[in-house]
Amino acid sequence: MNIIEKILANSSVKNEVSPGEIVETNINVAMTHDLTGPLAIKSFREIGVKKVWDNNKVVIILDHLVPASSVISAGLHNTVREFAQEQNIKNFYDVGRGGVCHQVMPEQGHVRPGEVIVGSDSHTCTYGAFGTFATGIGSTEMAAVFATGKLWFKVPEVIKVNVTGKFQKLVSPKDLTLNIVGKIGADGAIYKGLEFGGSTIKDMSIDGRMVLTNMAVEMGAKAGIIEPDQKTIDYVKSRTDKSFNPVKSSPDATYEKVVDVNVSDLEPQVAIPHSVDNVKPVSEIEGIDVDQAFIGSCTNGRLEDLRSAAQILNGKKIASTVRLIVIPASQEIYLNALNEGIIKTFMDAGATVGNPNCGPCLGGHMGILADDEVCISTSNRNFIGRMGSTKSYVYLASPVTVATSAIKGKIADPRKTMNGE
Amino acid sequence: MFGNNIDTDVILPGPYLVHTDPNELAKHAMEGLDPKFPDKASSGVIVVGGKNFGCGSSREQAPIALKYSGVKCVLAESFARIFYRNAITIGLPVLVCAGVSSKVKEGDVLVVNLQTGKVEDETSGIVLQATKLPEFIMEILESEGLISHLKRRFETDE
Repeated sequence: MNIIEKILANSSVKNEVSPGEIVETNINVAMTHDLTGPLAIKSFREIGVKKVWDNNKVVIILDHLVPASSVISAGLHNTVREFAQEQNIKNFYDVGRGGVCHQVMPEQGHVRPGEVIVGSDSHTCTYGAFGTFATGIGSTEMAAVFATGKLWFKVPEVIKVNVTGKFQKLVSPKDLTLNIVGKIGADGAIYKGLEFGGSTIKDMSIDGRMVLTNMAVEMGAKAGIIEPDQKTIDYVKSRTDKSFNPVKSSPDATYEKVVDVNVSDLEPQVAIPHSVDNVKPVSEIEGIDVDQAFIGSCTNGRLEDLRSAAQILNGKKIASTVRLIVIPASQEIYLNALNEGIIKTFMDAGATVGNPNCGPCLGGHMGILADDEVCISTSNRNFIGRMGSTKSYVYLASPVTVATSAIKGKIADPRKTMNGE
Repeated sequence: MFGNNIDTDVILPGPYLVHTDPNELAKHAMEGLDPKFPDKASSGVIVVGGKNFGCGSSREQAPIALKYSGVKCVLAESFARIFYRNAITIGLPVLVCAGVSSKVKEGDVLVVNLQTGKVEDETSGIVLQATKLPEFIMEILESEGLISHLKRRFETDE
């Protein structure tokens, strides 16, 4: 069995499972947030069960509209706050206590290899970077999990993505991720699992691996996953005392297909409006004027991302025509960036640095786009209207490409800037 | 009739996620592509999509907006999985129907049999076969969603 089959078999107390089989799985952790949580709570009350199945296995994180952006969102926060108190949910991260849910979850030790996590957010698949089977579900299904601690899954076919080669300078895991999304397509992995492996993945940091698994859903995948190795174990052990049981794919594991990618010649990549799989090398679209640049989100708001962007921005000023918005993904990252002097670098360059939350990624607040505006962003979606007006345009790229474009005032290749152009 | 990769941001744009009233959500159904959609749908419509209908976020508010705007059923070449599960969960029938996006035209009158998966286009006379829904999904739809289905289950258990 491959790693996904093994985890689903263990969690549904079976010796073996195979693709297409429907299994009822025990859930290790269930996560919800301020935008999908209230609906889950409403549905939970309608079911009529008084207590969640296990208050230690529910994690609630306020992160989408934080601090509250309107009277309505303040009300949503209160709905969630009251529920957390009533149900005695200790793992509740209020405003200023956490940050973006998909960063807070591993940071606070809620993500462990070999386990099953569901979250009422599509980017829950991020936790696959730790060898966890993690997938997004809707609010009412979350209510069912709150009530029963179980959920049904169809065991997915798995596509293995085998990545080899060494990144060129200023080419990052985000470029690899966009490249893979372009190759597989927005519907290329619907209902399927994606297992990322190969020497490049082994060499990648935890931060980098999380970019890959984060965007598995942009190919329609049920889950993206990376086999846990020593790096994973060390990270998780530094975050939790809880024991866990890491699993790996067997040597004879079966896959629907294997996709090989070599990164040695990979250029910085950009996803062009309005679909995530419309990916081109930056050299083909250089020169498009940008109004806003965003560095942050559950895809690229981590310390490694901020460090790489700060290297580009160090001692420089962004173009007078551009607004650069930087949002560290968690309180911890913000504090580390502050201590490293990175926040000062951003502010000296002319950036606006925001508090940890989802920010403009989903068009909620903190940088909504007007008609005809263009944004280059490190986030994960460039759909019509995603960051504001249905007549605005979002380009997706890596932190260094976004930082370079902010300096130039237009989409630019980070490699040329570093060469002194 | 909509194309491929219809995402949840156009089905129900992010800023409206703060609403919990389904009728309020319905006013913004498909706003990203067709702001007049709720008017057209109010008398009851079947939505036809291409590949990967409902891709993107896990927002259950997307199928809720469609259902309460008057959508009776969605037929598509394929669905994004979270949208698919959410639609069933809230009691909106969704059927995978090969060929539907090319053979059916805007304004055609369709008759869908959920039990058999048979899709008849009364306007053109074309008959298509959608993938039949498994029995346990039909049970959820017949209960008009997962909540009433679970309520019954808990009542039976007690």
